[in-house]
Amino acid sequence: MSAGDAALSVSWRRSGRTKSVIIACALLLAAAGVASLAIGPVVIAPGNVTSILWQGAFGAQAPVSSDLRDVVVVLDIRLPRTVMAALVGATLAVAGAVLQGVFRNPLADPGLVGISPGAALAAVAWIVFGGWTGGYVPALIANHALPLASFAGSLIAIVLLHRLATQDGRTSVANLLFAGIALGALANAGTGLFIFVASDQQLREFTFWTLGSLGGATWQRIGLILPFALVLVGGSFWIARALDALALGEAEAFHTGVNVERVKRIAIVIVAAGVGAAVAVSGIIGFVGLVVPHLLRLSIGPSHKSLFLGSALLGAALLTASDIFARTVASPAELPIGVVTAFIGAPFFIWLLQRHKRSFG
Amino acid sequence: MKNRYPRIIFFAALMAAATFSASAGAWTITDASGRKIEIADVSQIVTVGGAVTEIVYALGFGDRVVAADITSSYPGEVKGKPSVGYMRALSPEGVLALAPRIVLAIEGSGPPDAIEVLSRASVPLVIVPEGHDEGSVLKKIRFIAQALGVPGKGEAIAKQVAEDFAALSIMRAKIGARRSAVFVLAVGNGTPTVAGDRTSADGVFELAGVDNAIKGMNGFKPATPEATLAAAPQAVITMVERNHGLGPDVIFALPAFAGTPAAREKRLVSIPSYFLTFGPRTAHAAQKLAASIYPELSLPQLPPRPWTEAETAAKR
Repeated sequence: MSAGDAALSVSWRRSGRTKSVIIACALLLAAAGVASLAIGPVVIAPGNVTSILWQGAFGAQAPVSSDLRDVVVVLDIRLPRTVMAALVGATLAVAGAVLQGVFRNPLADPGLVGISPGAALAAVAWIVFGGWTGGYVPALIANHALPLASFAGSLIAIVLLHRLATQDGRTSVANLLFAGIALGALANAGTGLFIFVASDQQLREFTFWTLGSLGGATWQRIGLILPFALVLVGGSFWIARALDALALGEAEAFHTGVNVERVKRIAIVIVAAGVGAAVAVSGIIGFVGLVVPHLLRLSIGPSHKSLFLGSALLGAALLTASDIFARTVASPAELPIGVVTAFIGAPFFIWLLQRHKRSFG
Repeated sequence: MKNRYPRIIFFAALMAAATFSASAGAWTITDASGRKIEIADVSQIVTVGGAVTEIVYALGFGDRVVAADITSSYPGEVKGKPSVGYMRALSPEGVLALAPRIVLAIEGSGPPDAIEVLSRASVPLVIVPEGHDEGSVLKKIRFIAQALGVPGKGEAIAKQVAEDFAALSIMRAKIGARRSAVFVLAVGNGTPTVAGDRTSADGVFELAGVDNAIKGMNGFKPATPEATLAAAPQAVITMVERNHGLGPDVIFALPAFAGTPAAREKRLVSIPSYFLTFGPRTAHAAQKLAASIYPELSLPQLPPRPWTEAETAAKR
């Protein structure tokens, strides 16, 4: 109990600051969302965007003032894309925060524990050999095969990971990390093998997939990721207190009454679900899961509940803002979103390291 | 005076040598990499690149092809021959193990290290110039014919192919309002990878009298859906080989295409990969593309040529 209370009192003292940081994150997200709706390769006056949204929201008749193209751009492209960017960003950031909490390792992210490599292996397998299955796979599945394959790949990776790291019902965190690295290496080797036999076009398709994109945003895909994102964020709040206790060590957490094994299992399941769905709809987008929780921990401290809330908001804001860059900078071409997040994330991360050298030990 | 004799002897020897080598059937050619290559024996050929293989077969050297790369799939019988792998992932030893007397590789074959090793081998490696227009097709035909020591035959084929291109340009003149199209290579996670300027797809569009809707971008790249929509393509072109994920129901459901004229008119054309191989069949390919983009013009077919009918001939 004392451990939980200690964590709580820390967060209590910080709560004033925490509140303002969370509000700032929410405002950032709102600003990014508005900008994302207003800015794009097609120039639409802000007034028109507002009226199109108004008409779209309240079921008014086809707008008289605006071009039909503008309506399609705002309602069918920018709006779903903004919503999906926010959902994927929130999912990735919270997934990173949960993994870092469970592993008690600030470097844990979905790539490191083998989830993203597993998804990539499945994706490249489909890209290279999917053509062969031509007539045998029902069209409905074949048309959505890439997202389905990558989702399956990340789930298989995490199930294997859990199996490898669990003995007699106990999951060792160190083993999880090692098994994750080993599985990741194995998946990367498999990916390399597929790349070896791939043609130029398949290679190109795969390369762009690994760099991520939000260009496929449709309401259908949002429907696909939404339940998983909710499971992840909801589940993370549920285990937040337990993760606070776990931060002090497994034995200490156990003695404060935390069912450590159950917390680990829940964490792994929700992260797999969230990351699997995010990778399925948008490919691999790095750095969000690593940078966002760190940034928040530096400003609001380690309390997991506010960390998860802040991560969801800031992750959503970061990815939404990055996506504005991705689709406008090189128009008509689209810069892969993973490139943008890495270019923003990595220098920022280095700057943080320089400033807080001591706190990273 | 004294000094003259050795010089005369030297020139005489040189001329004798030249005459001798000519009588032995050796000839030289400057390839696309700028190297001067002496060729004497074309009894066993390795071809790399779909267009190269097609031209070698058209020139009547099909039975001398001992191996080809995996982008060479026409005529059908080449698929029964040993493969040297993918044109950009050649292995020098693998190529030389087939004991070719000459290796004909399209410009862009690789990796560069393998090309470097092969170019230093005793077997001549000839790099065939690549290009995505009418002139480069004719150039390829003449170049390969010259490399194989049959320039006359190459000239005859080039003449017929040039006639096909001329007929094609008459067809293009009939097109009143040109339509625009976008070539979709893949859709990945929903961002279509499309063909910009300086691509083989852009080249075949040009020959077919079709405008490339994607402007201001080079190469095959993912295009932002908004810009694709704004470009308002009137047709979408995909590849037959990749059709499993690129049917009309998938393409026109994407936000990038849902609001385009192409989606309204449901104009999706799937082309086989040889449409992007600039070889002797290119004029015929461009005619087929034009005919499917402008069905109302009922454009006449080009006359069949031996090199466009190899498949049906083989089946018979």
